[in-house]
Amino acid sequence: MEKVEKLTNGTTGGPVFVYVKDGKIIRITPMEFHESDAPSWVIEARGRKFSPPRKTTLSPYSFAWRSMIYSPKRLLYPLKRVDFDPGGNRNCTKRGESGYERISWDEAADIVTSEIKRIKREYGPAAILSTASSHHLWGHLGYRHSAYFRFMNLIGFTYADHNPDSWEGWHWGGMHQWGFSHRLGIPEQYDLLEDALKHTEMIVFWSSDPETTSGIYAAFESTIRRQWLKELGVKMVFIDPFYNHTAAMYSDKWFAPRPDTGNAMACAIAFVWITEDTYDKDYIEKRSVGFEKFRDYILGEEDGIPKTPEWAEQETTIPAREIRALAREWASKKTMLAAGGLGGWGGACRSATGTGWARLMISLAAMQGMGKPGSNIWGTTQGAPHNSSFLFPGYTEGGLSGDVDNSAAGFRFVYRMHDRPTRSSINAPMGQHVPRLRIPECILDGKYEWRGKGFCGQSIEAQFHKYKYPADGYPEIQMYYRYGGSFIGTMNETNRYVKAYRTERLPFVVNQSIWMEGETKFADIILPACTNFERWDMSEFAGCHGYIPDNTSQVNHRVITLQKKCIEPLGESKSDYEIFAFLSRKLGLYDLYTEGGMTELDWVRRYFDATDLPKYISWEEFFNKGYFVVPIPEDYRPTPALRWFAEGRKRDTPDWGPPPESQEEFGKGLQTTSGLIEFESSSLKKFDPGDEERPLIPKYNYSWEGHHTTRLYTKYPLQLISPHPRFSFHTMGDGKESWIKEIKDHRMLKEDGYYYWIIRINSKDAEARGIKDQDLVKVFNDRGIVICAAQVTERVPPGTVHSYESCADYDPMGKPGESMDRCGCINLLTPGRYISKNACGMAPNSCLVQIEKY
Amino acid sequence: MKKWNLVIDISKCHDCNNCFLSCKDEYFENDFPPYSVAQPRHGHRWMNIMRKERGQYPKVDVAYLPIPCMHCDDAPCVKSAKDGAVYKRKDGIVLIDPEKAKGKKDILSSCPYGAIWWNDEKTLPQKCTFCVHLLEDGWKQPRCVQACPTGALQVLFVEDAQMKKIRESEGLEVYKPEYKTKPRVYYKNLYRYTRCFVAGSVALQDTDECAQGASVTLKKGQRKVIAKAETNNYGDFKIDNLEENSGSYTLEIRYPEYKKQSLSFNLGKSLNLGTIFLSRA
Repeated sequence: MEKVEKLTNGTTGGPVFVYVKDGKIIRITPMEFHESDAPSWVIEARGRKFSPPRKTTLSPYSFAWRSMIYSPKRLLYPLKRVDFDPGGNRNCTKRGESGYERISWDEAADIVTSEIKRIKREYGPAAILSTASSHHLWGHLGYRHSAYFRFMNLIGFTYADHNPDSWEGWHWGGMHQWGFSHRLGIPEQYDLLEDALKHTEMIVFWSSDPETTSGIYAAFESTIRRQWLKELGVKMVFIDPFYNHTAAMYSDKWFAPRPDTGNAMACAIAFVWITEDTYDKDYIEKRSVGFEKFRDYILGEEDGIPKTPEWAEQETTIPAREIRALAREWASKKTMLAAGGLGGWGGACRSATGTGWARLMISLAAMQGMGKPGSNIWGTTQGAPHNSSFLFPGYTEGGLSGDVDNSAAGFRFVYRMHDRPTRSSINAPMGQHVPRLRIPECILDGKYEWRGKGFCGQSIEAQFHKYKYPADGYPEIQMYYRYGGSFIGTMNETNRYVKAYRTERLPFVVNQSIWMEGETKFADIILPACTNFERWDMSEFAGCHGYIPDNTSQVNHRVITLQKKCIEPLGESKSDYEIFAFLSRKLGLYDLYTEGGMTELDWVRRYFDATDLPKYISWEEFFNKGYFVVPIPEDYRPTPALRWFAEGRKRDTPDWGPPPESQEEFGKGLQTTSGLIEFESSSLKKFDPGDEERPLIPKYNYSWEGHHTTRLYTKYPLQLISPHPRFSFHTMGDGKESWIKEIKDHRMLKEDGYYYWIIRINSKDAEARGIKDQDLVKVFNDRGIVICAAQVTERVPPGTVHSYESCADYDPMGKPGESMDRCGCINLLTPGRYISKNACGMAPNSCLVQIEKY
Repeated sequence: MKKWNLVIDISKCHDCNNCFLSCKDEYFENDFPPYSVAQPRHGHRWMNIMRKERGQYPKVDVAYLPIPCMHCDDAPCVKSAKDGAVYKRKDGIVLIDPEKAKGKKDILSSCPYGAIWWNDEKTLPQKCTFCVHLLEDGWKQPRCVQACPTGALQVLFVEDAQMKKIRESEGLEVYKPEYKTKPRVYYKNLYRYTRCFVAGSVALQDTDECAQGASVTLKKGQRKVIAKAETNNYGDFKIDNLEENSGSYTLEIRYPEYKKQSLSFNLGKSLNLGTIFLSRA
């Protein structure tokens, strides 16, 4: 029998041990720690001691990796579209229909690099459009901020900036109420676990399902903490149109307001507190400004409509008496508001009413003394005891690109890692950009204007900045170098993306992908990449940082992992670094890209040396052991988030911001002009005081696609919510013939042998349409048609339907972009428009559809 | 001697499927002679998770019942299989011999729990092996238990007499005891899957407030008091662990200064009685 090796690697859902036998991966498991690993933290609270298990948890999609590595959908050779002739007829409009032929790496690289050269020569580098998918693979050196940006910066390109998809309402709304631009509008969460275990009496989960979304990357690390809180008798209330999986586990009460109307409920809660005099007046007086205007709006003095629970009942369908009961209980108990699964985020922020929702969440928390013991905005996922002084960067910190403009490299890491970091003059504020959500318009219409470039974290004002495509003096796009292929599943109104591929206006498309799926099928040349199990890399459990500084406080033990090359790349696939290095040779960039021929393992070693690891463990020991558990200092002293603010002290948390320039006195107060929570936003007042879609004070505005849009609502009377999925991480885990598709609550196997995507519909709505459980149904609106399998349920109220976003593949039943999809691309149906004219984010949860039996 | 037992707490299972997936990870393309040969990529559910939703909007809950091979002490598969194709080990684990069971599809129908799966390609009945190859290699638990992030799955390697004590003290049950196969897989809080509840809300008609602290009495038929409950601050009550299809009940609600209300109903499945408004006495 061959020897079995136990190696280490990392995934988006946790670090893993990888068992390899005879050149093949035979087993992938979570990690169990050794007694010599650093001790676990212990929290003493309410007469008990709490300490986490000595192991890591792992997300479902991470358990499915072996089926994705050894997947029949793997791309094993470079491919060329059969009817694509770079020297002759390109047949661009045939993309998505024609087949592919195998070509050699040399041939593929020749075509790609000669096109790059031709386009640079004829149009300039900005005619090359490129972008990556989110959360593709794990590994800080292989990540898109690293190997990918290094190559793209060297060739020059127009970046399709990612919108802050998980943040939206907090980014475009919340930031104007309390700053936190360095966190894109969501709050710090330091040490709130201990605070909650000691003081909290109730948690309100509002658009929050941490058992599904894991915070981010953190598997089920926080599950045990919610179990502890439950054991302590902490009451848990859920507000979500879907009886979500965390609610199913812990809820004492579930409210399901009609989608896009939660803001009415929030206003009514404020109404009860104001009229019953049960809010923290001292805090509001000392720690906020503009409350009077908010109060006037709530009481109806501004618009003649008092925001009573009865008024909210009409909007939300939640009985007024229950809203009153919730408001009273909330005011009487020390309450954590889990607004979104990370503390911030939440599907409600990705809707027409998302900016108002984030601001109302901050308003409610402020009215109950946010930052005082037991009372805060806390998603229950971050805020475990955390050694923030130990420097191991997150994947956002640039890796081998050192790109200070488009990663968080400039914050601390680039100085330790690089002599010659890369950057791009085009992918910089003064260069040319395309917003990811508007790739189709930029390609098809050739022009577009918007505000805010990607993640606008530099300042509160950055998102006001106006951009246009093409930027003055820059060329239109001639080539699209796509890295990954998820957008048909993950962006909105995505038939647009399909159409954008099928046009002569886009002469050349490359896709660098691991699997044949989604957008990959629309490329002219496909470059086969390998998974992170087939190359060297390095990472930390949930380690992203950047716009979520110290997010490793999500996990119970900071685990840094050497991602060992477990097996050789399958077929002729190559690691991203190897692909870029190979192309670099033909562009005269090899020495620059590889810094004189550095291998992946050389970079890993340099990365190791630039972190704090060598202070604790030698390279040899780390190399052999494969992981390191970061110890908590013996004299660890918790500094609960925003306690300093509530108590009017200087900030004592290790947060990365706000930047000194934004503050009257560094470290004192919030980032807002006043330094306080601004019920009336000074930044919005300075920018556009007349913007009724994003008013100066948080309000309940009607959704632009909801039950008040009468004409549309009559035609499409079901409100579809499509939150982040449970069993895949965006598209990672779905498709690829992975085991995930067999999960009964993920897809449904029908008689035709096809695994259909699930849509959840209330029994009354189903009955009215003659739909039975497991029936195939046609879900449609003016934007498209998707065939799904119905799950008839009581977990959504009548009028609301629920289906996860992020199907990995796209399977049109006729002409691509213009026919029914049977794969489950729910985002074909979601609105492509922005939240509002000045809030250029996505709003998939404002979506009306109709459903019929198929 | 010590034997293996699996304990599954229904109240802690939220259908993450880590048990199902880790089982796939262990057995896909992996042979573990002499105990098992590889599981196909798709189609088998050696850990089969069943879902049960109870109630009507908005009084609803959901429970999941993971069903592996029950490793029965009186296993019908062992009895039905000829030539020792299925056998019981001294440590309690039931195994299908992949050599001897080849071609024997009839073994599938012997299992009342439907825990045996047919491998078409290998013409072989297959099922959960309790990861016996790992236990023999020093592992303390099978893959599914290691993978479980909520503590819903737990293994106990104990003498049968001790297991009996644990079973009694922890209120463990077997699923479908009527099969009389003596499973070694035990469930905690099984009522969440097998039994039903009656729930509702109580509100005050004149003030439109939730009636907190109303006393709720459930009677079987007209007389026999089955359970008592008190409404919470939302006026909600829930009486659980009732038998499905158990006939007629009467529910009485009392609240000081308001008229008593009685409701009669037949209990089929879990029932949300909706909001019950009380009028002033």
